[in-house]
Amino acid sequence: MRAFTQWFNERAPGLGVAYKKHMTEYYAPKNFNIMYYFGSLALLVLVNQIVTGIFLTMFYTPTAAGAFDSVQYIMRDVNWGWLVRYMHVTGASMFFIVVYLHMFRGLMYGSYKKPRELVWLLGMLIFLALMAEAFMGYVLPWGNMSFWGAKVIITLFSAVPVIGEQLVNWIMGSFVPSDPTLNRFFALHVVALPLVLLLLVVLHLGALHEVGSNNPDGVEIKKHKGPDGHPLDGIPFHPYYTLKDLVGVGVFLIICAIIIFFEPTVGGFFLEHDNSIPANDLVTPASIKPVWYFTPFYAILRMIPSKGFGVLALLLSIVVLFLVPWLDRGKVKSIRYRGLGYKIALTVFAIVFILLAAIGDDLTPGWIVAIFGANADITTIENLFGRTLVVLYFGFFAFLWAYTFFGWEKTKPVPERVTTHA
Amino acid sequence: MHKSIRRAAMRTLTTLLLALATAFVASPSAFAEEGGGLPNANVNVHDQGSLQRGARLYMNYCVGCHSLKYLRYSQMAEGLGLTEKQVMDNLNFTGAKFGEPIVSAMPEADAEKWFGKAPPDLSLEVSAKGADWVAAYLKSFYLDPATNSGWNNTVFPNVAMPFPLWQLQGEQAAVMNPAENGQPATVKELELAHPGSMTPAQYDQAVRDLTAFLTWVSAPDELVRSHIGAWVVLYLVLFTLFALVLKKEYWKDVH
Amino acid sequence: MADESINKGRRRFLTASTAVIGGAGLVITAIPFVETWLPSARAESAGAPVTVAIGKIEPGQMVRYGWRSQPVFVVNRTPEQLEWLPKQDPRLRDPDSKESEQPKYCQNATRSIKPEWMVLIGICTHLGCVPDYKGEVKPESFDPNWKGGFYCPCHHSRYDIAARVYQGVPAPLNMVVPPYHFVDDSHIQIGVDPKGAA
Repeated sequence: MRAFTQWFNERAPGLGVAYKKHMTEYYAPKNFNIMYYFGSLALLVLVNQIVTGIFLTMFYTPTAAGAFDSVQYIMRDVNWGWLVRYMHVTGASMFFIVVYLHMFRGLMYGSYKKPRELVWLLGMLIFLALMAEAFMGYVLPWGNMSFWGAKVIITLFSAVPVIGEQLVNWIMGSFVPSDPTLNRFFALHVVALPLVLLLLVVLHLGALHEVGSNNPDGVEIKKHKGPDGHPLDGIPFHPYYTLKDLVGVGVFLIICAIIIFFEPTVGGFFLEHDNSIPANDLVTPASIKPVWYFTPFYAILRMIPSKGFGVLALLLSIVVLFLVPWLDRGKVKSIRYRGLGYKIALTVFAIVFILLAAIGDDLTPGWIVAIFGANADITTIENLFGRTLVVLYFGFFAFLWAYTFFGWEKTKPVPERVTTHA
Repeated sequence: MHKSIRRAAMRTLTTLLLALATAFVASPSAFAEEGGGLPNANVNVHDQGSLQRGARLYMNYCVGCHSLKYLRYSQMAEGLGLTEKQVMDNLNFTGAKFGEPIVSAMPEADAEKWFGKAPPDLSLEVSAKGADWVAAYLKSFYLDPATNSGWNNTVFPNVAMPFPLWQLQGEQAAVMNPAENGQPATVKELELAHPGSMTPAQYDQAVRDLTAFLTWVSAPDELVRSHIGAWVVLYLVLFTLFALVLKKEYWKDVH
Repeated sequence: MADESINKGRRRFLTASTAVIGGAGLVITAIPFVETWLPSARAESAGAPVTVAIGKIEPGQMVRYGWRSQPVFVVNRTPEQLEWLPKQDPRLRDPDSKESEQPKYCQNATRSIKPEWMVLIGICTHLGCVPDYKGEVKPESFDPNWKGGFYCPCHHSRYDIAARVYQGVPAPLNMVVPPYHFVDDSHIQIGVDPKGAA
């Protein structure tokens, strides 16, 4: 074994160095908590999506006439096809759950602040690519929700001034979603965007490992180094965090397995009922909405009573996330030592995000009837509620800027060294 | 010393997850048609007898018009625990081969002429509309001279299909609410005008069997899935426990 | 960090056992993915047994059928063709079909259930071409002593009328005989063994 290692290192000396740099000699703060599992889990899901995706590609037919049938072919005729597809479907939703929690962690502990702005920006680009990837993947089964989802989302581009209409037809390659649309989405979904995602993930991790990981205390562990030149509060990523993450992987896989084997549609959230109906360009599904992970943004679009401004608000709701490192002027990173205002604002923001998802998912009419009775004016109440949420969503960012810019925040002293470890 | 803050963070996370879970549970059957209000169909796809009776009903009363094009006779035999001979002798009336899909013998063009539109394939009916809807639909036909077929349905108003199970359930008639303020009269309830060959309890069971069969057809993988799932989870728990002990052993180094 | 109290044996044991359990899980997970490549239910259905009518095949004539997308040859052999069969043995590579593939009940002198009816998968065992039927007992350009059989145009492999391969040609084995049985005198079902035969 040692002879082989030596043989290998003589021929590829760079690989051993890279392994050391990113694993055995990458010193990570020793106080990571539960919020720090989601990065590695996202990587795991990415691998799952690529492997299961490759196998689905072997059996899927990217034509309007054949796509729906080929999905049922996978589900029923291909040996274990149902398992591969459910792993891919569950992986898609779990990807977003993990990524949302990962982003929330960033907001909690100020992981986007100097010197990690680039890490945050690359992460946001991953999120954008992931949204495009998920949207195009959702179109491929060519169910009725795929079709109408594609039509509605692509038609958003008609809000672009002057060239809007041509832009929509250019994206579809036709005047409705059809074979050309399906073929180009297939190419982008299985080849182009996965490559982009992989590249961005490498850059995201590369950028992170240049500056080092943040931690729940938001202190820079590099400030205090031992005589060996390693941070006193740091531990090698391997074996300590590889093993810790392995436990996280185990728990995560248990959750995924329960979903895949016992409730793969998750009541119509992971796999929508209306997508069991083949695409029909004459009949719109009764309740047309995107998959749950897009619903917060979709709700923002729906709550703005103007096509142009609605699309603009949708765009802005994502763009504003890119700007967080510059909107937040506070020097204190971790929520542990930040002012009460930030704690409240972030909590409200998280709740608003979930409630927006509920609106986008059309859950609110049921709630309104339950609270106000069957004769309630659902539209008025929902609009009032939803628009308040939209204001609060953007309000969070405005507050974050004002709160830190005008020095209203009263922070607690930040310790020199990390304080806890799990 | 920052236990309290950690706990606060944990609480935030728990709240988040709980809220997500509530959002899921709040709408367990987010079906487009008639979100709630339908009685639970109470089907059990693990009851092989129920599935077999349902298959027999389907092959006698439904497959004449409605294909199950994503299901093969061979797959039906395997899923329902039947032999090739049993399926070919008792459940296959079209002369299709054992390995072929279950396709209705009715030519599509004729169907469109007779019903205005071709009867839909029902392979994914329960996936699309839910078992509750299918069961309620099959119990909600009533005589209505105003329609072409003479039948109407409270769950699917003005449906094109005449009621195929009338000999079993009998004929229901609608008791109407009086018309008010120029609004058209609405159906208050259905009552059995002429009993069929089955008692109401027998018919309920027949609908349950038929719905169970269609539920299985929508996702035949379910029987295999739940069987394997328990072992997968058990394995993962074992793996996680080993990983946990290993992690704790190494983390003894970290002070 | 380097602690004196580290129990290296325990660490090694835990690492090994976790690796074994995890590795076993990975291998088992790989099985379904490998098995997706097996013939699907659709392919199985296409490979279902086929029943063909052979009543109209004249003596000396050959007819092709499709089974599992493979050509199946059915020859109604004449007494003259059958007469020459045992006399070919010295010129053959595997006269008793010991290395070749056929159902047990066809591993006999005529490689068939009934001597006159030869059923075989018409694929050359060399590189998978479909040989021509050269049934007549007469000198051919490729063999002046030809007693009827099959001739592969790709690389000149030759087989006798029981699809047994001659020596000195590239094909290594006799052509395959598929499982089949007689439904009645004029129908055979290809893909299913006769009742009682394994």
